[in-house]
Amino acid sequence: MTLTEVAPQPAPQSKRARASLLGPALALPGIAWLLLFFLAPLYVVLAIVFGRTDPIFRTAVPVWNPLQWNPSQFNYVLGRIVGAQGIFGPALLRTAVYVLLAGLLCLLIAFPVAYYVARLSGRGKGLLLALLIAPFWISYMMRMLAWVNLLQDDGLVNRLLSLGGLFDVRVHWLTGQPAVVVLGLAYGYVAYMILPLYAGLDRLPQSTLEAARDLGANRVASFWRVTLPMCLPTIVAAVLLTCLPMLGDYFTSDMLSASPKTAMVGNLINDSVQSPGQTGQAGALVMLVLLVAVLPMFYYVRVTSRGDVSS
Amino acid sequence: MRGPVAWWNDPWRPPRILVGVTAAYLAWSLIPVLIAVIFSFNNGRSRTSWQGFSTRWYWGDATKSVWHDAALHTALLQTLKLGVITTLVTVPLGVMFAIGIDRWRGRLPAGANMLMLVSFVLPEVLLAVALLFVVTSLSLPIGLGTGAQVLGLVTFQIAYPAVLVRARLATIGTQYEEAAMDLGASPLAALRRVTLPLLLPAIFASIVLVFADVIDDFVLVRYLSSNSSTEPVSVKIYNTARAAPTPALNALAALLLFAALLAITLGYLAYRRITRGDHTADRGIAGFAGEA
Repeated sequence: MTLTEVAPQPAPQSKRARASLLGPALALPGIAWLLLFFLAPLYVVLAIVFGRTDPIFRTAVPVWNPLQWNPSQFNYVLGRIVGAQGIFGPALLRTAVYVLLAGLLCLLIAFPVAYYVARLSGRGKGLLLALLIAPFWISYMMRMLAWVNLLQDDGLVNRLLSLGGLFDVRVHWLTGQPAVVVLGLAYGYVAYMILPLYAGLDRLPQSTLEAARDLGANRVASFWRVTLPMCLPTIVAAVLLTCLPMLGDYFTSDMLSASPKTAMVGNLINDSVQSPGQTGQAGALVMLVLLVAVLPMFYYVRVTSRGDVSS
Repeated sequence: MRGPVAWWNDPWRPPRILVGVTAAYLAWSLIPVLIAVIFSFNNGRSRTSWQGFSTRWYWGDATKSVWHDAALHTALLQTLKLGVITTLVTVPLGVMFAIGIDRWRGRLPAGANMLMLVSFVLPEVLLAVALLFVVTSLSLPIGLGTGAQVLGLVTFQIAYPAVLVRARLATIGTQYEEAAMDLGASPLAALRRVTLPLLLPAIFASIVLVFADVIDDFVLVRYLSSNSSTEPVSVKIYNTARAAPTPALNALAALLLFAALLAITLGYLAYRRITRGDHTADRGIAGFAGEA
């Protein structure tokens, strides 16, 4: 032991002052990163949407001063959502319907599964949970590729439906079938719903449910009046966590249908983002999705930071 | 002889319906992928009819196998490269951010925390388009390609370590660190020698999560890639899946799957080792997956 170690401790005030500087010092790089590469890019989108288009090269010219912003590109997009020129309307409506249907389907599948695993105990639970999370770790594109293979005209699905040549089934699954796209979305995103639901249901106090049954509530009533209200915040957070990413999805539709008949708003963004002269239009659509998503996003953030739901 | 009503009312009956739904879900979610992996070993060009077992699409075929086709193995290398670099940047940044936010009270850190959570749920395509605009319309030192891809991926993934570490910080509380400081440790020493070792499980879980999520990423890496040499596996699958590919594409996807499974298995085993004898950490697979 050296002398310096038994030397009197520094005064608590100075230590607290150093401790209070430590927090900001550690957080600053992360905050700077988020400001630079998350918040600032969103402003660049605004500057491009409300900016000009170069008349010769058809490239977007951002305008940084909000006082000089020109809303013509944004108005162009807004004016084509409904009415006679409504070329964007159908895709926007389709997005809403697809996301709602797929989200509902995800909930119908994920809730019973998460409920069952949360009630389970013992050795099988870890393995079952690992299998449930497996899709989460298998590449999304690989899972879509698997279905592209299965749904070919001579693929396994058609052969299975024909019961070994008994019937002649030639369904063209991969050419603009809305049902296939909705099922594909549900298939792709359901794993993201199971985990948060499981986390919430796992924390449900078993004693409260037993009390409900002891006090005479039957199976349905105890579920409806105790379980469901208690895990409603979890359900809402899980649905948002699944449905918000779906809003920007374009690749599921591209992989499983590749037809404008099932184009979603993500497809509109993807199609216009790299065509010359339409950059501002893509930006306007991005802003539109952001506007729709912003309220649910902040609701999710509030639910999460209150500590009701771990995510 | 029991009727269906008695069966329904029996509180001790096994949960047959839940078991059925869970089994059906597992079959539905895993069998298609399993079939795709099996067909990567097909000894023929077809991805729909079985023509015998071979490894020709992995290395046997002299031109079209993953081993010999430059386009395919470049994609695999690019994916792994992005995974490693992004993890190396994201995890320290996110861990520091979480610790910093945790001990800094005020409006600014609260706002930063909210910004971080928003980045977690923002549709990825929005961030990808925004960053594409930034890289293409401003004259930055970073052009499209690996640099821009890492930038975007770090921004999108930083919430993982931040959320996991914050949850772990809330579990372990402040008492250990206060004890260390009462015993004469400086704040920095207490952080390094007490808090960081306690945070190891969360840090470890986020390393595996970020890596697994990055090699799965598609939207950001596609927009921010410069040309076919920086296109990772997911983009390659997207580009060729509908254009009569050979089972080599399945083999490529299967190799990525094996890489992810290997990383996760090794990570989980190591996680179990770190948390051995630790009762504050959730040692199950759910704790490892961060329940996110």
